[in-house]
Amino acid sequence: MHDAGKVTIGLVIFLALVSAPFWYNLSSGRASYTPEVEYPKDAESCVRDSAYMAAHHMDLLDEWRDQVIRDGQRFEETPDGGRRECSLTNTCLGCHVSKEKFCDRCHLYMGVEPYCWECHIIPEEL
Amino acid sequence: MSIDRRKFLTLSGLSALGLAGAPAVRVFGQDTTDVAQDTTPAEPAQPEQPRAPLVAQRWAMVIDINKCVAAEGCRDCALACHKVHNVPDFDNPKDEVKWIWKESFEHAFHDQEHAHQSEKLRHATLPVLCNHCDDPPCTRVCPTESTWKRESDGLVMMDWHRCIGCRYCVAACPYGSRSFNWRDPRPHIDEINKSYPTRTRGVVEKCTFCDERLARGQMPACVEACKEKAMIFGDLEDPESEVRQVLRETFTIRRKPGLGTHPEIYYIV
Repeated sequence: MHDAGKVTIGLVIFLALVSAPFWYNLSSGRASYTPEVEYPKDAESCVRDSAYMAAHHMDLLDEWRDQVIRDGQRFEETPDGGRRECSLTNTCLGCHVSKEKFCDRCHLYMGVEPYCWECHIIPEEL
Repeated sequence: MSIDRRKFLTLSGLSALGLAGAPAVRVFGQDTTDVAQDTTPAEPAQPEQPRAPLVAQRWAMVIDINKCVAAEGCRDCALACHKVHNVPDFDNPKDEVKWIWKESFEHAFHDQEHAHQSEKLRHATLPVLCNHCDDPPCTRVCPTESTWKRESDGLVMMDWHRCIGCRYCVAACPYGSRSFNWRDPRPHIDEINKSYPTRTRGVVEKCTFCDERLARGQMPACVEACKEKAMIFGDLEDPESEVRQVLRETFTIRRKPGLGTHPEIYYIV
């Protein structure tokens, strides 16, 4: 191979550049970064189990959407015999007052951009 | 123009670098340190006073034009509806979005129009809205089933999540009851009602007979707002309902009955 030395040096520089973000994140501690969301302070419980909500809130919202619009079931019973509205703006954001400190922190980290907010109101932004 | 291999490789290398640059800047420039948390306490959700939903087998409306004419220039129904449902006001007929509006008798009932129409009707304006037809042409043409007739009470519903903005329904509706959002409606809503969503660009919207209010036990916003009590809303299948009573006793007409859509808004002329 012609110029094996130069090519090797070039390859090493290339690999170093490509993997630079990984080294950077490792050395700066960013690799272990996890987003911290702010939970409501005086709400006792969520509409579902917290672990379920963390993993499947989007499924629940989908369920609610169909239930509310297609079946006209706008309310569901709560364990204590009351009823709650199946509503993102009125119920979810009623407790989670800050979308930015709750929804966005995770969504940004995960790189997802849900477009719920194009129509559904974020009360804090009004 | 020719380009040799060396130059080509140099250029592609530089391009790749440039392409990689933007995401790198975004990642490294991101501030992940959490800012000091402000400690405003979360407001607990207002406990809702449960009210029994209003239910019917077939919702219908009777509008008394005489009462409407008496209150000349009144637009309370439209203002109330548009406020409650976050209907944008573009101030431009080309982009107009409307759920309920006042129309001249001539335009609303053009098949009833003739040269010697009574003075009252000649100058009358009356509220028109989605007729919630028994056989709605709009729902037939919707390719995504984002509009459909609710079998339980006959409302012609809209699911804005599913609307792809094809506007077939706009073309199919013979009453002009459907509006398309040509532009982002949000900036054109004066005062946003927090408890109701807005729409987004590229979505069709129309009156839903206030299904969200019926579910909470409230009458439609327009009916509630009408000071003249010109709008009567009720169950067409219930012989004792006010709607049926009025229809029994008074002569009423419907818009474009010849099309066979069976509109469920009745007008007392």
